[in-house]
Amino acid sequence: MNLTLKIWRQPDAATTGSMHTYEVDDVSEDMSFLEMLDVLNEQLNAKGEEPIAFDSDCREGICGMCGLMINGEAHGPVTTTTCQLHMRSFTDGETITIEPWRSDAFPVVKDLVVDRGAFDRIIQQGGFISVNTGSAPEAHAVPVPRDDAMRAFNVATCIGCGACVAACPNGSASLFIGAKITHLGELPQGQPERDSRVVNMVAQHDHEGFGGCTNIGECAAACPKEIPLDVISQLNKDLRTAIRHGH
Amino acid sequence: MTGVAIQNSGTTLVKGARATQSTIFLKILMAVSGAVFIGFVLLHMYGNLRAFWGHDAYDAYARGLRTFGTPDLPFGGLLWIIRTVLIVALVVHVYAAAALWKRAKRARTIQYQVKKHTGAIFASRLMRWGGVTLLLFIIWHLLEFTIVKVQVNGGSPGSDRHDPYYLLVDSFNTWWLTVIYLVAMAMLGAHLHHGIWSATQTLGLTGSERTRKLAKRTAFTLAVVIAGGFSIVPIFVLFHVITKTS
Amino acid sequence: MTDMPDTTLTSHPSHDSPLEVDTDDAVDYYTPGAPIGDTKAPDGPINERWQTRKFEARLVNPANRRKLSVIIVGTGLAGASAAATLGEAGYVVKSFCYQDSPRRAHSIAAQGGINAAKNYKEDGDSVHRLFYDTVKGGDYRSRESNVYRLAEVSTSIIDQCVAQGVPFAREYGGLLDNRSFGGVQVSRTFYARGQTGQQLLIGAYQALERQVAAGTVETFTRHEMLEVIVVDDGDTSRARGIIARDMVTGEIETHLADVVVLASGGYGNVFYLSTNAMGCNVTAAWRAHRKGAYMANPCYTQIHPTCIPVSGAHQSKLTLMSESLRNDGRMWVPRTKADCEKDPRSIAEEDRDYFLERIYPSFGNLVPRDIASRAAKNMCDEGRGVGPEVDGVRRGVYLDFADAIARLGKDGVEEKYDNLLDMYERITGENPYEVPMRIYPAVHYVMGGLWVDYDLQSSIPGLFVTGEANFSDHGANRLGASALMQGLADGYFVLPHTIRDYLADGPFEKVDEDHPAVLEARSAVEKRIEHFLTVNGTRSVDSYHRELGHIMWEYCGMERTEDGLKKAIDLIRTLRDDFNRNLKVLGTADSLNQSLEKAGRVADFIELGELMCIDALNRRESCGGHFRAESQTEDGEALRHDDQYAYVAAWEFAGGEAGTMGKPVLHKEHLVYTAIEMKQRSYK
Ligand SMILES: Cc1cc2nc3c(=O)[nH]c(=O)nc-3n(C[C@H](O)[C@H](O)[C@H](O)COP(=O)(O)OP(=O)(O)OC[C@H]3O[C@@H](n4cnc5c(N)ncnc54)[C@H](O)[C@@H]3O)c2cc1C
Ligand code: HEM
Ligand code: HEM
Ligand code: SF4
Ligand code: F3S
Ligand code: FES
Repeated sequence: MNLTLKIWRQPDAATTGSMHTYEVDDVSEDMSFLEMLDVLNEQLNAKGEEPIAFDSDCREGICGMCGLMINGEAHGPVTTTTCQLHMRSFTDGETITIEPWRSDAFPVVKDLVVDRGAFDRIIQQGGFISVNTGSAPEAHAVPVPRDDAMRAFNVATCIGCGACVAACPNGSASLFIGAKITHLGELPQGQPERDSRVVNMVAQHDHEGFGGCTNIGECAAACPKEIPLDVISQLNKDLRTAIRHGH
Repeated sequence: MTGVAIQNSGTTLVKGARATQSTIFLKILMAVSGAVFIGFVLLHMYGNLRAFWGHDAYDAYARGLRTFGTPDLPFGGLLWIIRTVLIVALVVHVYAAAALWKRAKRARTIQYQVKKHTGAIFASRLMRWGGVTLLLFIIWHLLEFTIVKVQVNGGSPGSDRHDPYYLLVDSFNTWWLTVIYLVAMAMLGAHLHHGIWSATQTLGLTGSERTRKLAKRTAFTLAVVIAGGFSIVPIFVLFHVITKTS
Repeated sequence: MTDMPDTTLTSHPSHDSPLEVDTDDAVDYYTPGAPIGDTKAPDGPINERWQTRKFEARLVNPANRRKLSVIIVGTGLAGASAAATLGEAGYVVKSFCYQDSPRRAHSIAAQGGINAAKNYKEDGDSVHRLFYDTVKGGDYRSRESNVYRLAEVSTSIIDQCVAQGVPFAREYGGLLDNRSFGGVQVSRTFYARGQTGQQLLIGAYQALERQVAAGTVETFTRHEMLEVIVVDDGDTSRARGIIARDMVTGEIETHLADVVVLASGGYGNVFYLSTNAMGCNVTAAWRAHRKGAYMANPCYTQIHPTCIPVSGAHQSKLTLMSESLRNDGRMWVPRTKADCEKDPRSIAEEDRDYFLERIYPSFGNLVPRDIASRAAKNMCDEGRGVGPEVDGVRRGVYLDFADAIARLGKDGVEEKYDNLLDMYERITGENPYEVPMRIYPAVHYVMGGLWVDYDLQSSIPGLFVTGEANFSDHGANRLGASALMQGLADGYFVLPHTIRDYLADGPFEKVDEDHPAVLEARSAVEKRIEHFLTVNGTRSVDSYHRELGHIMWEYCGMERTEDGLKKAIDLIRTLRDDFNRNLKVLGTADSLNQSLEKAGRVADFIELGELMCIDALNRRESCGGHFRAESQTEDGEALRHDDQYAYVAAWEFAGGEAGTMGKPVLHKEHLVYTAIEMKQRSYK
């Protein structure tokens, strides 16, 4: 199939960018979206035009590195990562608009590449259980009810891609934090730091400039790992509990 | 060593965080004040519906509001308590809404060229402008019914503008005023459709798929009941089902 | 997969018999060097060696640790766990990765699970059995002391991860669940649904970020290490730092430290198509190799049979599907070429060739990875492959669930495999419940890597290597679920002890940024970058990478022959010349430039590819993942030659004229087994 692509190009963080239009021909429907961009880049390179920068690494939907706004949807029209989106989701002759994640907390680095360092800093503020190497008790010392373990797992599948932020009209990262709060809060090991964790992570979230959550729900619809909105409820509840405990 | 990556330098880690300084705390305030409003509109709607029982029942209710608790409370005591709570709630609700709105605008200063709103109900995106509409409505509404008691049609013969029932019937006999009210009630319905579910989520009551669905269904039902319950009186007045003499 | 019986004992007990090679195919390609030994492993009973070494390793006083700095390249399981642990201990740690966050290292992609000798199932597992299985799985080409230690610390890994909040699968009683995995008969694999690697890595990443907040670790994301700094301080040359490029600003940075750790992962991407991530590279290891670190057994690669086949020339990577699929799926191809284009459902039962069941009646579809892979490739080479024709060959065989669906019902199959089957459908657009899946082998893991001693120190003092980047624990083949174990063992429990012995001599004399060794490393990096940007030829980096991959897959893949390898070496040399003259990289050096990054990686892959071929040529035996067609039994089974090849091939870089590799020097480390006997495997 043949496609028209409208792509955001921006040389670096300091320079303003703009949309450019490209044509790609002979796209096979078995290509992944990123392979389609690879083909475009080969063509650009051959013409002497600098290839378009975009992020990807594992290309199997698990590292969270990729992420594009495709026709106004984070990771495109299918509930998956951009690297796992295939061209059979598009039709011949279509025009596709491709933009980077837009969030002031995720500044554009170049073209379609953004800096998601804010997520790391949020994790630094308590997205962990403090246990030094070697000091852990025997793994079977604390049984974890299977349902709790399952819920913890289900939300721990977040890959930190940032699609939730990109999709949220408020630019909120609540789904991302909620997933981590719920993952650690669901386990007995996570209890001692529960209050301080939520307070600190939310404070960092706000400090980074993410918006507040008004429960719109576009984040969960965009999340490739289908993290449910429940985690935001859990986040709010944990914060409320922390207030009650005097934090 | 020279140059540190930009991703490591830009932002610092927050020290001494307080839960009460967070966006979520603002949201909790919003949800609590919203809940106060919900309680009030339910009561108010009940009061309005008494118009169907006619002039005396309606005015008795209005009087009852003021005489409630006398002599322990002064005349109008309960009303003033309600008013105080409402005013506080309004200030809190509007302040928090404005603060969150400002944050959200700053969180994304460059807009998407194309953006679809997958997963959102329309009402959720109407909250802010809907809220502004409601604020304007409330100002007008208070001028009309409580503070100035405006008689838009100049008052019909035999009506006393200090008689709530007559004031009501006179107002909604004016078609355009009814239309304004109906639009406002549609906004209210939308605000509640999203707002009620949102408040339960903000208060952390929807931690599972089941409770989330329940909250969403309840929100929709209450929104329809409240918006419908309020609208029915103006409509019935306009179509002369409720009249000054009934 | 099921365990394999040991049938024959080798006639050559391994004890110190001198290795005599009858024919050396690689004789023209390398220079023989002095044998090499591992000087750090203590003697004594195997189960006491690690305790002894830990005790003997000198301590560093906590107040001194703040004066000692460590550079760790890589934030996968091996790197992140080491950075977190050394940070906790109080050293000053700098951690590097090329991704935008440490959490994205390719360890994240591991699906199956992690082994540990917990024996929670009381099914006869023990440290010794895990040790035994690992050595045997590695076809007796690993170092026994290292493997024993790995098995020994495996239990602590699980404790550590559980305490960190890693959500392993659990049973109803709330205790951890285990499964049997990757060729063993005990259930010792801990897992978190199909994404164990992600969960373990997030645990290590969180521990790392905790140290960042505590101020002991500084992370450098989007930084690519391009050179090691080796400083001669009078009596020894030591690794004292790295040159890294800030991939965003293009700045070339010098980072100095008392010790450098490489945890930079595997180099499977030398094959272009593999299950590795796009950025996986050999650059960190190769640059160290060029500075004197030996590269061990580079030709040992593991090929995984159940991957989604290539769909066209555009393909950028291959996706692995858990081999558990082979428990219920049956592999087949049409009996005749004519049927290869037909709808598989229309091919009658008698026209299908269930080749694994035919050739290996007792193990059938459950033969080990390398055997299944080779059989599938042979079918396709014979022209009986299925699926789209790519470059004239159909590379795919069916993995059919029709019988399983008939037996277990669609629901039964769904319950066991739905996430895998969904993934398959998403990628291929075909519904595997209706049409048989197509699979093909793909490069998955490399056992080779930088040579290290028992302390995980390379042949450059002060340069330690952990995780997939070193060669140490898996011999010629790796058991499923053992790489994660090794990465975390190295990072949490081994390196922190062994590195302190080295650091006890520090802090070392301060090195200035204008020390000649630093300047030399820096200018080498700058020149290379300058070169890539100024060749101004006509071909893209990717096109070279793809071509290299073709050569490697064809001649240094599942089956290797003398002729093929020699041909590959010629082809690679021609390719390198062309690469040096005809490469086209646009853009600038002072901004994010993905073509430029790739150019450096591909340049190193090209050199590595040549060394892999030389190594494969030298090893005229079949062992583990390395199959030399010249060394097989009458039935076409792999044939090992313990009398000649029970050694680790540690290659020293010899340099050559500009841009060539010269003749690498081969140092052999003789493998001696005291706690285990060498046996040949058989799968018939
Ligand atoms: C698809 C797949 C499935 C697997 N499944 C399993 C399984 O079920 N069980 C199992 O035990 N094993 C499995 N493995 C193998 C296992 O995952 C890996 O061997 C292991 O995770 C490697 O870890 P590592 O820490 O050594 O390296 P990696 O996790 O690959 O990390 C490498 C790190 O080095 C950094 N780096 C590399 N080069 C540079 C450079 N030049 N400059 C700066 N930084 C650099 C990267 O940024 C990254 O942080 C699987 C592998 C794959 C590919
Ligand atoms: C069709 C819908 C409505 C009708 C017919 C109506 C009618 C009235 C009347 C007649 C009064 C005067 C009562 C009295 O003085 O005893 C009143 C007061 C008031 N109404 Fe409404 N109302 C409607 C909707 C609303 C809504 C939606 C709100 C809020 C969101 C609202 C808020 C108020 C308030 C705050 C007062 C003042 C109460 C006081 O302090 O005395 N009304 N309304
Ligand atoms: C006075 C004018 C009003 C304004 C300006 C206003 C504005 C808003 C806004 C902007 C929000 C969304 C807040 C956010 O999440 O960002 C909101 C939420 C809400 N509003 Fe209002 N509103 C008003 C009146 C009302 C009234 C009259 C009611 C009830 C009858 C109400 C009930 C709610 C509820 C329940 C919420 C949800 C709170 C939450 O998300 O937790 N509001 N309002
Ligand atoms: S919550 Fe979902 S969308 Fe957000 S970062 Fe995690 S995986 Fe991505
Ligand atoms: S879309 Fe945004 S408003 Fe909340 S529910 Fe999701 S973060
Ligand atoms: S590239 Fe890893 S999730 Fe897409």
